[in-house]
Amino acid sequence: MVKSILLVGVGGQGTILAAKLLTTGLMEAGYDVKMSEIHGMSQRGGSVSSQVRYGDEKVHSPVIEVGGADILVSFERMEALRWLRFLKPGGRAIVNDYRINPMPVVSGRAEYPEGILEELKSKADASVVDAAAKASELGNPKVMNVILLGAAIRSMGLGSIDWARIIRENVKPAFVELNLKALEVGLGLV
Amino acid sequence: MKKLMTGNEAVARGAWEAGVKYASAYPGTPSTEILETIAEYRGDIKAEWGVNEKVAFEAAMGAAIAGARSLAAMKHVGLNVAADPLFSMAYTGTNGGFVVITADEPGQHSSQNEQDNRNYAPFAKVPLFEPGDSQECRDMVKEAFRVSEDYDTPVLVRMTTRTSHSKGIVECGDREEAAIREYRKDAVKYVSVPAHARARRLVVEDRMRRLADYSEASPLNYVEDNGSEVGVIASGTAFFFAKEVFGSTASYLKLGFTNPMPVRRIRDFCGSVKKIYVIEENDPIIETQVRLLGFDCLGKKVFPFCGELTSDIIRKSVFGSCFDALEADPAKIVARPPTLCAGCPHRGFFYELGRRRNVMVSGDIGCYTLGFAEPYNAMDTCVCMGASISAGHGAQQVFDMRKDEKPRRVVSVLGDSTFFHTGINSLLMVGYNRSRTVNVILDNRITGMTGHQQNPGSGYALDGSRTPDLDFEALVRACGISNVRTIDPNDLKLVKETLDWALALDEPSVIITRWPCALKRFSPEDKKEFAGAFQSRYRVDRDLCIGCKACLRSGCPALAFDFAGKKSGIDPDQCVGCGVCAQICPKSAIVRE
Ligand SMILES: Cc1ncc(C[n+]2csc(CCOP(=O)(O)OP(=O)(O)O)c2C)c(N)n1
Ligand code: SF4
Ligand code: SF4
Repeated sequence: MVKSILLVGVGGQGTILAAKLLTTGLMEAGYDVKMSEIHGMSQRGGSVSSQVRYGDEKVHSPVIEVGGADILVSFERMEALRWLRFLKPGGRAIVNDYRINPMPVVSGRAEYPEGILEELKSKADASVVDAAAKASELGNPKVMNVILLGAAIRSMGLGSIDWARIIRENVKPAFVELNLKALEVGLGLV
Repeated sequence: MKKLMTGNEAVARGAWEAGVKYASAYPGTPSTEILETIAEYRGDIKAEWGVNEKVAFEAAMGAAIAGARSLAAMKHVGLNVAADPLFSMAYTGTNGGFVVITADEPGQHSSQNEQDNRNYAPFAKVPLFEPGDSQECRDMVKEAFRVSEDYDTPVLVRMTTRTSHSKGIVECGDREEAAIREYRKDAVKYVSVPAHARARRLVVEDRMRRLADYSEASPLNYVEDNGSEVGVIASGTAFFFAKEVFGSTASYLKLGFTNPMPVRRIRDFCGSVKKIYVIEENDPIIETQVRLLGFDCLGKKVFPFCGELTSDIIRKSVFGSCFDALEADPAKIVARPPTLCAGCPHRGFFYELGRRRNVMVSGDIGCYTLGFAEPYNAMDTCVCMGASISAGHGAQQVFDMRKDEKPRRVVSVLGDSTFFHTGINSLLMVGYNRSRTVNVILDNRITGMTGHQQNPGSGYALDGSRTPDLDFEALVRACGISNVRTIDPNDLKLVKETLDWALALDEPSVIITRWPCALKRFSPEDKKEFAGAFQSRYRVDRDLCIGCKACLRSGCPALAFDFAGKKSGIDPDQCVGCGVCAQICPKSAIVRE
C-alpha cells in the first residue's frame, strides 16, 4: 500500500525540514519513499507544499494527485483550504490555527477570510491544533514545524519509528533538545 | 549504500562517482543545487560559479578539452545563453568526458517560459539522456560520461523541476577516479575554421549513426511487457506518472536515451500493441517519431501540450476524470503571491520609483522583478536576464525620436548578479552609444532569488574563499559612464534626490543601491560595512496613527492593518527595522523601539 502525506504552509514555516525528517524516518523504517517539493522563489510569503509518498511496495510518482492525500497537514489556516482538493474524501486534516496574512490582506485590498475552520470541519475530518502557542511555550516559535510533524506521525500510526534518533541525526546539535520536546508535544496533540 | 536524495543531489553524486574534476554553473531554478552539492565534494572536484551559463559552459568545455571529466549545469533558459558553444562543440568533440545538465520547467513554477530543451539535442546533434527519478539521475550521469568519452561528444542530460526537486532512494557507489587525459594539440579538431569544421561536420553525422546503434542497444531504453494491448511510450518523470495511472494494465516502452531515438525498438513496440499512448511533457518529440514510423497514437491530442503530466492529469486525459475530491469555498481563499521580504533592500527603491510618472521601467529577472506588482507597479518589461539595460537603451532612443514635449524617460533596473550575467554587456552598449537612460544596479550583495549564491560582487567564491572586492563604480566608469552614484536604498529621501539627479541629465547614468538582502548570511566585511543592519524593530504608536494606510504602500509583509481598530500594526516577529515604512508615515506614528 502506498500512502500520501501532504504538508502545506507558507514559505519560511519549516515544511521542508519537517518533510526531510519524515522521509528519512520512513526510509530507515524500510519503506520505499518519494518526496516532492516546489520551492522556486526563495522570497518568503508564497504558498508551499511538501508531498511525501511511501509504501511497502515501489512508489512510482513523487507527486500527490488531486483527491489522493491520506492526510493533509497545514501549517497555516487558509492554506488548508487552498490544498483541500488534494485530500482524499474521508482523509484526515490537521490544521495549525495560525494565520499569516498574504499580501492582498497586508495591503488592505482583501480581508483574511472568516470561518475557515468551520468550512474545513464541514468538509473533512479536521483536527485544529495550536502549534504556535505550544511552540512559544517551548521558547521558540520556529519549532511549530516539528510539533506538527509529531501530530502527523501520530495520525498516520508511524509512532513505532525511532524519531528521536532521526532528529538527533538531522538537526543542528544546539536545537536537538528543543526539537525532541516539540516532537513529544506534537505526538500528544491529536 | 542507499541514500535519500533529490534529483539534483543524485546528479552531483553521479558526477562525483564518475570521477569529475571540474564543474561550473550559473544558478537557476530548478538546477541550482546541482553545483551547490558538487561543491561539497571538496578536494575531489573543483566547483566554480560561472558569471553566466555561457561562461560556465565554456569553462567546463575548456576543462574537458584539457583532459578532465567536466560538467556544466543550468536551467533551461540558461542553455539559450550557452547555445553558441554547445552547437560548435558538437563539432570539436571533447577529450575528457563533458556533460551538460539542462533543467527544464514544465509548468513554469519559477521561469519566464516553458521551452522544451530536448529540442536542442537533434538541433545541435548531441546525445540526450532523460532521467525520471533520483536513481536514474545518478545512473544516467555516470553513463553520460562514458558515452561522452566513447563517442567523443558533449552530452546533454535533461532534467525537469520534478526530477530535480523530488527525492527518492538512491543506491550509490564509490568514486572511480578518471585520470586527467593527455592533452594533445589538434587544430583540425579544436580550431573550428570552415575548412576544419566542414570535415568535422561529417564526423558528427557518423557519430550520430553510431549513437543510433547505441540507442537501440542501451538498457536505458527498455520494454516492460505486461501482455497488454495498450502500450505506453514515455520518458522522464512522465513514465513514473504514467505507471501510477496504468499500473500493470499497460505495457511500457520507457525511453531514457532519446537522441538519437531507438527507432527499431519503437517500431517493434508499436507493432506489438493495439493502442499507443505517448506520454511526454511539453513538445511532441517522441510522438512525431512514432508517427513518422507510420503508427497512429494518442499523444498531444489527449494530453496537454503544456504544464506537467502528473498522474492526475494523465488520469483525467485518459479516463475523463481525476479521483473524487473535496472542494473548498473559493470565497474563503485569498491568493498568496510571493512578496519582497520584510527589510528587503529593493523595497525603498521601488516605493520611490513607483511614484514617478512618464517613465518606462525596463526590468529584469530577480527578486526585484516583484517591483512590477502591487503596491509598487514599478516595472514595464521583463524578458530575459540582462535585457533591462539594453532594451531600455533601445526604448529611450525611440522615445527621444518622438519629439514629445516631455519625452518619456527610461529607468532600467537589474540586480547585481543579473548585471554580471549579461547586464554588463548591455551597459557597454549604453556607454558606447550614449542613450540618456538611468541604469540602476540593485546591489543586495548576493544572488537572492535563487537562494543566496555568491557572485563576483559579493567578495566570496563558491568554496568560501575570498575574492577581490569589485569596484562597481570603477567598472561603470570604465564602460564610459561618468555619472555614477552609490546610495542606501532604505533612505527614501536620498533615493528620491538621486532619481531627480539622474533624470535631469542628458547623458547615461548609473545608480548603485548598496544594501544587503535581508536573508543574507553576513560576511565579516558585511558586519563591518552594515553594522546594526536588521537589528532593530519598529512599532506603530496607536495614539499617533490616523489609519490612513500610507505605510501599507511599502508592501512590507510585517505590516498589517487592523480593520476593526482602524490602525496600522507591525508584527514584531517579522519586522527587521529597515525603517522604510516609518519614512512613509505622514504622522511619524511609526517609531523605532
Ligand atoms: C538565463 C537565466 N539564467 C538564470 C536564471 C535564474 N535567475 C533568475 S533571477 C536570478 C538571479 C537574480 O539575482 P540578482 O540579480 O542578484 O537579484 P536578486 O534576486 O538578488 O534581487 C537567476 C539566477 C534565469 N531566469 N535566466
Ligand atoms: S531574498 Fe533578499 S532580495 Fe529577495 S526578496 Fe528577500 S530580502 Fe529581498
Ligand atoms: S521597519 Fe517597516 S518596512 Fe521595515 S521591516 Fe519593519 S515593518 Fe517592514
